[in-house]
Formats: sequence, structure tokens, C-alpha cells
Amino acid sequence: MPDSWLRQRLSRRGLIVSSIATAGLSASGAALLAGQVAPKDVPASRAASGRASPHAGHAVASHGAHGNMISVGDVDSARNGFDPTAMLTDWETGAVSQLPDGRTLRSFEVIAVDKEIEIVPGIMFPAWTYNGRVPGPALRVTEGDRLRIVFRNGGSHPHSMHFHGIHSARMDGVPGAGLIAPGAEFVYEFDARPFGCHLYHCHALPLKRHIHKGMYGPFVIDPDPSRHPEHAAAARSRLLGTPENKEWQEFAMVMNGFDTNFDDENEVYAVNTVGHHFVKHPIRVERAKPVRIYLINVTEFDPINSLHLHANFFDYYDHGTTLTPTLKTVDTVIQCQAQRGILEFTFKEHEAGLYMFHAHQSEFAELGWMGMFDVTDAVA
Amino acid sequence: MTEIKPPAETGAAAPGPWYSELTWLALPVLLLALAGTLLFASDPLRLLDRGAPPVEKLTFERTILDETGIHLKIRAGGSEPMTIAQVQVDAAYWRFTQEPVGDLAHIATAWLHIPYPWVPGEAHRVNVVTNLGTPFEHEIAVAVATPKPSAVELLPQALVGAFVGILPVAIGLMFYPVLRRASQRGITFILALTVGLLLFLLVDTLEDALELAGGTAAALQGHVLVIVVALMTFLALLAIGRRSGVPTGLALATYIALGIGLHNLGEGLAIGAAFATGAAGLGTFLVLGFTLHNITEGIGIAAPLLRSRPSLMTFVGLALLAGAPAIVGMWLGSLAVSPHWAALALAVGAGAILQVIVEVGAYLSRGRGGVAETLASPAAIGGIALGITVMYTTGMLVKV
Repeated sequence: MPDSWLRQRLSRRGLIVSSIATAGLSASGAALLAGQVAPKDVPASRAASGRASPHAGHAVASHGAHGNMISVGDVDSARNGFDPTAMLTDWETGAVSQLPDGRTLRSFEVIAVDKEIEIVPGIMFPAWTYNGRVPGPALRVTEGDRLRIVFRNGGSHPHSMHFHGIHSARMDGVPGAGLIAPGAEFVYEFDARPFGCHLYHCHALPLKRHIHKGMYGPFVIDPDPSRHPEHAAAARSRLLGTPENKEWQEFAMVMNGFDTNFDDENEVYAVNTVGHHFVKHPIRVERAKPVRIYLINVTEFDPINSLHLHANFFDYYDHGTTLTPTLKTVDTVIQCQAQRGILEFTFKEHEAGLYMFHAHQSEFAELGWMGMFDVTDAVA
Repeated sequence: MTEIKPPAETGAAAPGPWYSELTWLALPVLLLALAGTLLFASDPLRLLDRGAPPVEKLTFERTILDETGIHLKIRAGGSEPMTIAQVQVDAAYWRFTQEPVGDLAHIATAWLHIPYPWVPGEAHRVNVVTNLGTPFEHEIAVAVATPKPSAVELLPQALVGAFVGILPVAIGLMFYPVLRRASQRGITFILALTVGLLLFLLVDTLEDALELAGGTAAALQGHVLVIVVALMTFLALLAIGRRSGVPTGLALATYIALGIGLHNLGEGLAIGAAFATGAAGLGTFLVLGFTLHNITEGIGIAAPLLRSRPSLMTFVGLALLAGAPAIVGMWLGSLAVSPHWAALALAVGAGAILQVIVEVGAYLSRGRGGVAETLASPAAIGGIALGITVMYTTGMLVKV
């Protein structure tokens, strides 16, 4: 690379210029050099601060709140076959039937497929997916339901569905228990418990690759109000489909990252896969209705991820397994991989406008993990 | 064309009508066309395709920093046309524009304009990401505004170039009156010293040219280009110089000055590049080191003139020929010239130096037995050894 040459030459030839400028050749031309060259072209030291920036007013060129620091273009959601905005509210509740004992049986069908997806405009990623989308389908069930998940492997590698929940060893989705070869099929059966905000992911080895290639999805178990009389109202508001629940604006957000050159570092960070998506397509939020976010971290390679909400605070339910907040009145929450939780907040007292949210690891934010809530008086 | 008749030949090949020769010429061309068509039509490589993504390579040729941001000239080297999808600066995606837009074919170039508020004196890392997700990193070690060709910029650079190029050569030439008193053996010694000096410069120039060539796109085959251009230059100058016999006296001195001048062009390029990329300074001793290092060059130029009596203007002309290219080099270098052009300039310099080594050697051995005998004399061996030693030792002052 030319630069290495330049650097080498630099150190070799040295900065004749600055040497003249600093030490000063008393010869005739030196004064001119010192006066004209040094301050303009060469910083006296690398710590030269306080000098006027060469970018007078340049950085504030307007491109919305993020200026020029954003990827160019937009991802073709139609080609991807999924839209990060739609995935916020696209709950899969399964085929419902009654068991002889009166319990509810929910059946799901999930198929693993290899698929090339666009994760930032123009950048393609050879993903492994559940049902052709990353994250996989957001399964939503009720505490106590019997679950039956028919899993087919249409991919090129062995895969499984390992649910974070309570179940028997046979249903764990690890090698020897529900991990299936390409072309094979397996049926996972277990009861939905405990209630909370959970996830499933492939547990084939090497785990790291199977996760960062895209094999994960939300698995939300709503509390059964009848089992929690002491917090029945809270439970009802969490239970999908109740009138109380309809008062909420619920969003599924999966924090993920993509290592496009397979060097065990992510080139793209996002919520629901597409970097910068929610900057370019802010999430419409009705001011009067409270917001509930099912937040799940599956980011590979980095120890933690986080969410910071601008201009507001929220209550946080770690793992979503309680009906009273585990953290009250915070504006930032961190999660290690597979950690998840529920955020509850409202913009009721706010004026309408764009409110930012993003990882508060600035690096993640600047590589795609940021977004906006478009708070309006009424959502059309 | 049709008028041309084949010359009557008396050789073994039987002369045929003119079209028979055309036929023989057309046959291999036809075969080539046929092979190409077959290759594209049947695509046998498809059978070898194991789904591997195409090879992608990107070379950064020029970097310009100004008040509008960072500007990079890139050259693609992919097995398929490459698509630049995104640009990261310091691990953040940034808007950018590409000029011209579109996919980059093999060895095609384009400019990327990134409106990034770079920080003077600090380092920045640019990652150009293709549609395959392959990031190509380019480090800006020390961000400083790229000089623009204006009087304010060019004049001080010219002054530094004069310190590095013209001044030392002039000082070296000023030893001329003293050198004139040398005996025949003394002159042999001084000429041999010149050969030693030139040998040092040859190695130094070639090394720099090859190093630069390493930074060019693979498709340009920089190393081969350097060697070939150096040899072509050598042969061309040798042929020109020998039109009227082995060059001696002023002619030889002029060739030496030319070779050294081209070397100093490369030296200027490097210092000019220092302007362009900025970096924290070393000492004044470095400039003086250069002056010392290059004084020997002046003595070398004077060596073939010891038996003639040139005018003062001749000396001025020789000093400018050998020294002024340092100034030109500084200007070019500061404008962030592409590495392959710099490598080519240095290759020309290496060829020119090789030519004067041969010619000074020939001049040295004229009227004696062979080259080997001449070289075997104590004066010659001592001169060559001293020339190399002086250059090597003073080189320590400038190679940090």
C-alpha cells in the first residue's frame, strides 16, 4: 500500500519541513519556511489541538439528525423477503387447537433455509435463516400452552431449535436431542413456561457461526392472568389480544450483528438485521399509548449490547419473568448475549417529534444500530 | 495493401502469391477467435465452480484531504467487476459519492468522496466495503490537509528541494579547482569514487522503486515494470550516448548529472510525500544530513571534467540538472501522485544511473587493458570502496 511506503519514507526522510520550522535554519529561506509551511501544513505535534478545524461548518451539513454519518441508500425489503419494521409487530401465534384435557395446543412450523440477505444497503450476507428471515419468526404463546414446533432442516448444515425455556433434555435442541441433518425433521414438544421474553436459536456446532449466520428468533410467553392474581392487571396488559394489551404499542427488537468478512468482528450492527433501518424508517408511535419493547440480544463476538432511549426513561423487566420491574426509571440497559428483557415507557408527556434510540456503545451505533421513534399525536 | 508484392526471396521458403501469406497470418488468429468463442459458449469453468465468491482486490492510489473531507482514488483488481456498497470511516458508516458511479471492472479506477470531518494531526481508518461484505482498509496515519498547487505551497517546497538537491551538488562541484590538481592516479581514484557513489545510488533507487511498485495494483505488475523500464532506459541512454563514441568530458558529466538528477527526483518525491501526509518532525540535522549525503554527487559530476576547462555556466547548468529535479519531485510528491507513476520515475532514474556506471567505467579503463585490469588497480578499488562507504555512512544520517 502506498501509505506504508509513505510512512516509511516519512520516518526515514523525516520531516524536513517541520525540522526546519522548529529548529529553524538561520539561512535566508528558513524564516519563510517556518512562517508559512509549518503552522499551515504540519501540526507542531500530533496533539496539536485548539487549532481551527479545516471543516468550517462542514459537518453540520443537514441530512437529518445523523448528518453524513450514515450508510448510503436503502435496503430492498421485498428482495430480502422481510421488513424490519413489519417484524416489530409480526407475531406468530401458531395454529391453535384444544387438547383433550382442555389445554391449548399451539403448533408452529419452522424451516431452516440458506438465504442471501441484504443487511446494509448493497452489502449481501450469506445467512442461515428460520423461515427465510433474520431474526426468525417471533413466536408468541401464553403461559401454560402446550407447544408443538415442527422443525424441518432445508439448509446445507445440521441445525436445531434450542429454546430458552423449561423443557426436558430430549427437547433441548442440542446435539443428540433434536439437532437434525439437512432434509430431516424434528418435533419439539413442551409446555410454555416460564412467562417472559425469551428466544430460541440454533445449537449446532460451532455455535458461534450458527448464531451469527442468523439462526435466532424471539420466543415470548405471555403471563396467564389467572395464575397471577396479585398482578392480574399487569398480566392482562401483557397478554396478547386482551383489551388492556391493545392499549399498548408492542415491538419485538432483536439486537444483532453481522461479520461480513468472517474475521470474528461485526461489520454491521442492527436491530432486526438491517443497519440504520429505523433511522431511515422511524418507528411510528402514538403519543398517548404506552410502549413495550421485547428486547433480545443475540450479538455475536461482542460481550454485550445495549439500548439507550433519548429524552425518556423506562422500566425494565429482566427476562420479562416478573410482573414488577427489575429496574425502575433507567434510560440505558445492557444485555449479554441471549439476555433479554421488556422495556416499558410512554411519550405521553412529550411533544411530538423524533426521539432517538441506539446502542450506547458508540461503535455499534455508528455501524448501524440506531433508530428513531416518530412520536405523533395519532397514528394514521 | 493490395499493391504490395512480396519481395522475391531466394531462401528455402517458396514465395507464393500475396494472399497465401495473409492466409498463414489469418489461420492462427482464426484459431484464437474460435477458441475464445468455444470457451464462452461451453463455459467449461462452470464445472470447476465450487461456489467460491469472486476474488476482490482494491488498491488505494491517492489520498487527498481537504475542507470537504476525504478523497480516495481506488483501483479495483477483482476477478469480476466490484461494487462499492458502503464506506466506513473510523468504524462508522458515512455517506460517500463515487466518481464515476457504477461497478468497477478489473483495473478500473474511481474516486470516492467522503464528507468526513477529519481531525488534523490524528489518524483515521477508512474501510471500503464491497457488496460481498469485504472491507478494504486504508489507514491515514497522520491527517493533514493535502497541499494544493499554489505559490504559497510550492515556494517553500522548492526551497527545501533546493537544500536537498541543488545546494549539495553545487558544494560538491566547488571542489573542482582542488580536484584539477590531482595526478593521473588521483583522477582514477576520483572516477572510481564516482562509480562507487553511483553503485550506491543504483541500489538505493531500485530499492525505492520496487518498494513503491509493491504498493501498486497487482494487475499493473509493478515489479516487472520497474525492471523493464530501468533496462529500457539504460539501453536508450546508452544508444544515445554512444552515437559519437564513448562519451567523455562534458558529455559524460552531463549524463552523470542526468542520472543523479533522476535519483534526486525520487528523493524529492519522498520528501514531498512527507508534506502530503504530514508527520511529527525529526531534527534540522536531517536536512544537513541530506546536504552531506549529496555533496559526493557534485564531486562525481566534476570527475570527468578534470582534463577540460568548462565555463562557470556549465557548472551552474550541471548543478541544476542534478539538483533541480528534487524540487519537481517535491511538488509531485506533495500532490499525492499515484505510486505507479512514482515507481516509474524511479525506474527511469535507476536505468540512467546504470548507464553512467557503464560509461564512467569505460572512461576509466580507456587506454588501459581491460575493465578488469583497471578495476584491479589499488586506486580504483580504493575509490569505489570509499565512494560506497561515504554514501553509506552519510546515509545513516538520513535513514532513521
